[in-house]
Amino acid sequence: MTDAVFQIRSAGPLVSVQDGGRPGLMRFGVPNSGPMDRKALTIANTALGNPAGAAGIEVSLGGLVMDLVEGAVTLAIAGGGFIVEAGAQRLGSWAVFTLRAGDTLTIRRGPWGAWTCLAFAGALDTPTWLGSASTHALSGFGGGRLKAGDTLTVRNTRLLDDDRLLPCPVSARPRNRLHAVFGPQGRCFVPEARGALFGAPYQVTDAADRMGVRLRGSPLELNGALSIPSEPILRGSVQVAGDGMPAVLMADHQTTGGYPKIATVLADDLDGFAQLRPRDPVGFIEISPERAVAIARQRAQSFATYLSSIARRASA
Amino acid sequence: MTAAPTPARPRFTPVADHAVLVEFAEAIDDDAHAAVLALDRALTDAPCTGLRESVPAFVNLLVDFDPLLSDHAAVTAHLTALLGVKAGRSAAPALREVTVCYEPPFAPDLDAVARQTGLSPEAVVNAHLLGDYRVFMYGFAPGYAYLAGVPEALRLDRKPTPVRGVPAGSVIIAGPQCLVTTLTMPTGWWIIGRSPTRILTGDEARPFLFDVGDRVQFRRVSADDFARMESRPADD
Repeated sequence: MTDAVFQIRSAGPLVSVQDGGRPGLMRFGVPNSGPMDRKALTIANTALGNPAGAAGIEVSLGGLVMDLVEGAVTLAIAGGGFIVEAGAQRLGSWAVFTLRAGDTLTIRRGPWGAWTCLAFAGALDTPTWLGSASTHALSGFGGGRLKAGDTLTVRNTRLLDDDRLLPCPVSARPRNRLHAVFGPQGRCFVPEARGALFGAPYQVTDAADRMGVRLRGSPLELNGALSIPSEPILRGSVQVAGDGMPAVLMADHQTTGGYPKIATVLADDLDGFAQLRPRDPVGFIEISPERAVAIARQRAQSFATYLSSIARRASA
Repeated sequence: MTAAPTPARPRFTPVADHAVLVEFAEAIDDDAHAAVLALDRALTDAPCTGLRESVPAFVNLLVDFDPLLSDHAAVTAHLTALLGVKAGRSAAPALREVTVCYEPPFAPDLDAVARQTGLSPEAVVNAHLLGDYRVFMYGFAPGYAYLAGVPEALRLDRKPTPVRGVPAGSVIIAGPQCLVTTLTMPTGWWIIGRSPTRILTGDEARPFLFDVGDRVQFRRVSADDFARMESRPADD
């Protein structure tokens, strides 16, 4: 069992350690966090035979360049259409590859997508907070952001001799049409707002980070007082501020807020939504709660089938 | 239009594919909050199938479930059956003490609060110490516990513009609410003191000082005592 040590040459903003997150703590003001595209980390980990929620690195459009200064390790990358240079190999975001001491890994913005996840065959040596290595952007708690000059150590590395390309499933592509259930504060809006949200085109703005993504388009008019008692928010809540513009809350969302939520996006649609870039179009499709549960179950089944097709088989 | 919800007849609203929001009122109300805490306790004692977590707030409870194991109708039926159920264990809330230093440089807004309320700074401090505080909910950021119970005389609207870089540990008030911050953040609330008490305790066994529903008592300390407490490890 040996270690691999990376030295970070450069890291864009919001390049951070993420794992499966810290569920169950919203009552203490703590969101789940975890990757913006949860499928991406699950896929990368599964391809290496890791637990789905093992700690990895989430890379933003700002990219990441790091040198492997010691050891050797197999990695997997999934999510978005990034450009990946792994030693002498030129790859895309969807691959399993091996690095040896002296190799440089460069991940940079490619033709599509906004986030990609890097997993390691080994254990990332990283601080945890409340049992999770996920970095909570607002506080910096958890594994933390990567910065130039930092070192990153992977313990108990494995060399899998399994370099390959991974298929990008349809469900991991950018999603411009979001299924959403109306409410829970639909009553706070004028009746026309429902038709506007579910009929009019919106666009992603560059006010997008791990807390949420603001949209622009038809204003959603409130039917009176803006103020409601602060109430719980979920990843996927479509919150409307005083200017009538919706924002979709994401991985590091506030756990409560006093802005009304006109709709809530199907959880499974949020990974593809996270892969949109500023100025990409986005629209909402209204579905019933029953239909939402049915879609969630279908999606879970097809994702499980995909995962078993790319999983690293337990070695004989 | 559905009728406004009441503590006896809450409104259940499906949220996305994985949650139900139970609303006991549309404005802040003590009875509604008591109903939130009672249902939250009853659900903890008797969890529904697929329960992931419940999140109590002022007048509503969000119940998050795994859609592969349950659905909105089953969760709503389970919650409806729990309404009015008495919690099995004692509902007596814990009393937590929080120390506060109201001296400069920790209380930059004390004079402004005094001016606006027509009280002396000393009277503002005494009024704040005499408040009957309860933890209504956490929100906004990790460990941000909203305490209700600021006395009438100190209830001010928030500032028109937030102030940036307010240090962690600041004791801030707005309207009937008081909060001890845990992160350095902007705030539009009035900063009347600084506490060495850690809401994020750093103790893995009990990472958050308060449970929702706890009572809170503030205790005044001098700047010298504050400095002594700050220089100790965070065990208060």
